[in-house]
Amino acid sequence: MSSLKHLLSAADLSRDAAINLLDIAETMSSVNDREIKKLPTLRGKTVVNLFFEDSTRTRISFELAAKRLSADVINFSAKGSSVSKGESLKDTAQTLEAMGADGVVIRHPASGAAYTLAHSGWINGSIVNAGDGTHEHPTQALLDAFTIRRRLHGAASSGKDLAGVKVAVVGDVLHSRVARSNLLLLNTLGAEVHLVAPPTLLPANSSAWNAVIHFSLDEMLQTVKPDAVMMLRVQLERMNAAYFPSEREYARVWGFNADRLAMLRENALLMHPGPMNRGLEISAAAADSPNSTVLEQVANGVSVRMAVLFNLLSGERSIDNV
Amino acid sequence: MSKFLLKNVSLLGEAPTDVLIQDDLIAAIGADAAGKAANHDSAESVEIIDCAGLIAVPGLVDLHTHLREPGFEASETVLSGTRSAAAGGFTAVHAMANTSPVADTAGVVEQVWSLGLVAGFADVVPVGAVTVGLEGKQLAELAAMADSRAQVRVFSDDGKCVSDPLLMRRALEYVKAFDGVIAQHSQEPRLTEGAQMNEGIVSAELGLVGWPAVAEESIIARDVLLAEHVGSRLHVCHLSTAGSVEIVRWAKARGINVTAEVTPHHLLLTDELARSYDAVYKVNPPLRTQADVLALREALIDGTIDIIATDHAPHPDESKDCEWNAAAFGMLGLEIAASVAHDVLIASGKSTWQRFAEVLSHNPSKIGRLAQQGQAIAVGSIANLALIDPSQTRDAVSTESRSHNNPYLGLKVGGEVVHTIYRGYFTKRDGKVAAGGRNHAAPTDVNSAAKVSN
Repeated sequence: MSSLKHLLSAADLSRDAAINLLDIAETMSSVNDREIKKLPTLRGKTVVNLFFEDSTRTRISFELAAKRLSADVINFSAKGSSVSKGESLKDTAQTLEAMGADGVVIRHPASGAAYTLAHSGWINGSIVNAGDGTHEHPTQALLDAFTIRRRLHGAASSGKDLAGVKVAVVGDVLHSRVARSNLLLLNTLGAEVHLVAPPTLLPANSSAWNAVIHFSLDEMLQTVKPDAVMMLRVQLERMNAAYFPSEREYARVWGFNADRLAMLRENALLMHPGPMNRGLEISAAAADSPNSTVLEQVANGVSVRMAVLFNLLSGERSIDNV
Repeated sequence: MSKFLLKNVSLLGEAPTDVLIQDDLIAAIGADAAGKAANHDSAESVEIIDCAGLIAVPGLVDLHTHLREPGFEASETVLSGTRSAAAGGFTAVHAMANTSPVADTAGVVEQVWSLGLVAGFADVVPVGAVTVGLEGKQLAELAAMADSRAQVRVFSDDGKCVSDPLLMRRALEYVKAFDGVIAQHSQEPRLTEGAQMNEGIVSAELGLVGWPAVAEESIIARDVLLAEHVGSRLHVCHLSTAGSVEIVRWAKARGINVTAEVTPHHLLLTDELARSYDAVYKVNPPLRTQADVLALREALIDGTIDIIATDHAPHPDESKDCEWNAAAFGMLGLEIAASVAHDVLIASGKSTWQRFAEVLSHNPSKIGRLAQQGQAIAVGSIANLALIDPSQTRDAVSTESRSHNNPYLGLKVGGEVVHTIYRGYFTKRDGKVAAGGRNHAAPTDVNSAAKVSN
């Protein structure tokens, strides 16, 4: 198997590379079911979680993944760094390099920060993009694909892609790194992608995107009959910037409520990257329904991140020795 | 007294001839030049410079330069900026007002003007701020700047748009009193909050906040209508979209007194470069699409766009060596402008050296009301000349600026400036910028270098 140097974008992954990562994640998942949930694979390696933005969920998911692979983990919280005239990204990166970080997991409010870190020459370690601005969040796309594949194929998942699977992504596509990474990876894996949003929350030039655009959630549910519906988190500050008139109107037109749950196919997945705004983009009834995969996504996130760290940092070591 | 004979030089692409320069004037052209050079008093030596293969154009004039002094000397100074200008064939630059303090009083514009005289590498023509502190709230003392020794005629809040329509109307009206012009940075502020790059296919993919074309075009449309209504002169800075070209074309056909500029980078580079997230490509207005580039090139050739202006915007390394959102807007331009003009007008086979001289010398001089720049290459004219070798390609380096934010690095370009002659003094010779400026070499009455308005 070939290993990647960095994971910056879902576009870095070919179909084979993506399936390979998902298959490794299946193996990792079985480790997570063992009594001793630990592998020695990354013993002696140092992984730094470099978070310029608060995200407890993503950080602890990566932290757990690295620890289960026996890596040493450092959490470096640098909220409000260079943009607010503190230490620059460059100085932070060079500091980590001087300390000998093998892998850096970066979350940053600026789109492209992970790319800049990987291509600047400031640091030699592998870079994992854990969310850069409104650009990408590739491990989220991997865990979403993993979750869909498992629900559809169960124990027979390994080696399979998502050919013909219809996935609808609903909500603030414009500002969503989750949507961008999912669009790329789902297409790579052969899925059919539908985007549903108010026109204000779609990019002005989304016509170039490899997806079907819908403005009506109800019409999409009726005509497409998706296998999975992925609800995106709505940032409440968007309302003040005139993207939509009110929370109530948003919830009524683009929120996933009990009525829409009834329109879903019986075994369709209802997904959300978390944290949820219950009552806004998703109602409690929908979030707690059997269709909801929210908690599976959290569990699968650890397996997928173990797979990514393994692939990037383990060098020539084979998964067969796990 | 100094005398130079430029041998076998082509004036604007015509058959080779000789040009005699005596002190700061063109003394003779043609057979007469060689004759005068041979016949003159033997006590004076005439230096003969072989210019075979070189094209002479009037010294280039930039209507849009950021010299950064006073206040941002880490990026550029009047001296380093005018050395960069000399390297690019320029003999005059208009220094934008967004310094610290802002050039919004007679005192600051006179300071910048006198720094230019002391440096002696080009005429430094200060641009005055339209509003106090560039804040868009209250008109700066425009008449005081116009009446100062700097004789300001071009006023701009460049970097910011005079977005208040009433303030823009008043500014356009007010500067009629002294034949001034408002040079507008056309950017609707509400449509560009947090904007990072051109809004389009690339920004959607990269997740960078878009700067839509309509934010530029809507302001240009408003301003040409205001200029028509009050009968004033409007100059549009760094026009960057195909739609803006259409609006200016319409306004000119209607007889509105509007001129427009385009930068070298908008004639050459596109938003595809942002895919590298390399902040050297971050500029305001942003790099647009290839369709925009082609429309701008056509408009420069057909006269819809009047001039090339560099928007030379030096920034220190730390302002570019960071994530895209945190980086400053702007790129260097003085040492690339002639090469880009050569590419668009000459190498393309679509236009002439005459047009080259119009867009980089005659027209910017007219807009800025500079009597002593942009003169025809003729006997009695002030000896401001750039001599260009169209046969050579060179690395697109920028050697004289204090800053390194050069987006052209790595490109090969044509149209090298070999010599720059500023008021009879070689500020660049054989590809090398002079060690000292004109006044160091030959002290002259500073008033002789002053700009005269007409």
